[in-house]
Amino acid sequence: MLKKLGDYVILMSQVFCKPDKSLIFRKRLLHEFYNLGFTSIGIVLILSVFVGAVATILVAYNTDNPLLPEKLIGFSARQMIVLEFSPTMISLILAGKLGSQIASELGTMRVTQQIDALKVMGVNPANYLIMPKIISCLFFIPVLIVFSIVIGILGGWLACVLTGVITPTNYVVGLRSWFEPFSLTFAMIKTVVFAFLITSISSYIGYEVKGGSVEVGKASTKAVVVSSIAIIIFDLILTQMLLT
Amino acid sequence: MIKVENITKKFGEKVVLDDVTVTFERGKTNLIIGQSGSGKTVLMKICTGLFDPDNGNVSFDNRPFSNTKEKRRIDIRKEMGVLFQGGALFDSMNVEENVMFPLNMFTDMSYEEKLERVNFCLNRVNLSGINKLATSELSGGMMKRVAIARAISNSPKYLFCDEPNSGLDPMTAELIDDLIKEITEEYNITTVINTHDINSVIKIGQTINFIYKGKLWWRGDNKSVMKADNRELNDFLFSTELTKRIKLV
Repeated sequence: MLKKLGDYVILMSQVFCKPDKSLIFRKRLLHEFYNLGFTSIGIVLILSVFVGAVATILVAYNTDNPLLPEKLIGFSARQMIVLEFSPTMISLILAGKLGSQIASELGTMRVTQQIDALKVMGVNPANYLIMPKIISCLFFIPVLIVFSIVIGILGGWLACVLTGVITPTNYVVGLRSWFEPFSLTFAMIKTVVFAFLITSISSYIGYEVKGGSVEVGKASTKAVVVSSIAIIIFDLILTQMLLT
Repeated sequence: MIKVENITKKFGEKVVLDDVTVTFERGKTNLIIGQSGSGKTVLMKICTGLFDPDNGNVSFDNRPFSNTKEKRRIDIRKEMGVLFQGGALFDSMNVEENVMFPLNMFTDMSYEEKLERVNFCLNRVNLSGINKLATSELSGGMMKRVAIARAISNSPKYLFCDEPNSGLDPMTAELIDDLIKEITEEYNITTVINTHDINSVIKIGQTINFIYKGKLWWRGDNKSVMKADNRELNDFLFSTELTKRIKLV
């Protein structure tokens, strides 16, 4: 375990150094923005609509009391979406999609000697392959999470309109009540940390693959599992550190 | 010239290379031959810096390479071309991008200059006009030739080929052998070829280094190899029915 942690730190030290050619790095960064970020928009939006709707219906179901004001439902749904559902749940989904994608891509490159080819040419393969992935996700995943928050809240509003659990007006009033801007800051801090964990852990696991196609498959699964566990652990740590 | 001096490499308790000293000469095709598991791939990986030796040193034209810092190795690495067994072409790139890759990374040439060089290299390996093909559309022989084009695109001083004709039909294998020999002589490159193909040994083995059980067991050329009285070398060379009959003739 300690050896793996040490290997991970060494790999990250190779990743974060000056790129061999900045023009090539910019091209690869743009490619990764599309490859990892842009292609994830669809899944994030679809999930967010339903998560927002379900969160609103669940809060309404659990606060079905005439003593509690209806706007509390909008407020609670917003807090759930902003503080936990969007940053954590969507990051877990992205750990599945991006984690397996990154680990299998790098693992395949490793077993087909493409990484060795880069190394013997004099290219720093860790920097060339992994840094654009990490940087693109550090920028793009927060954007996805902002989309997710907006669409999640919209999903809650749709649930109000379609199911009538509360009036859309009371939902909107609830959304605007007791708003703390730090909630968004908290969500973004979590998102950036999770983005780093997903990409760096998956890259490490993919980069270190030894063997053949079976090992690439195993690495892909391992990347998802380890990234997800890391997200949950850091979720607890960050929540404790920043909200109490 | 590449000098390999007293190289020893162990994996756990298993000694894979035991005090190997060998010189690979410039402008010649230097072959490393031996049975599977004899240590020849490990020797090549040590020469290219993919493995570090436990003892000994590799130097390129008197410049130390093994056991030196990565930053110092990079200048030598940029002078290397490597042909991997499976080609190791980048599957996210097409043929042109693969061959252009070393030029993109290490030169300040304009796109037109790079394209001219890519076309020259592809023409050199008899593959003109396939610039835009994806690597998945290439046959095994074409992959090897594109990999050779990529290896020579940046005008290397040292060319390493790991089993360049494994998995190829005899005609394509012959073509690859001829190509490597021509390129070596034409550009005065130090070429190291790792093979267990007897045809290559006879045809292009200007110097032959036989590795047996991790040791340099025999050294010679393609003229002396057929007459050598080394038992292990003969067992290796004349292990098939065809080569046994050739020996008899």
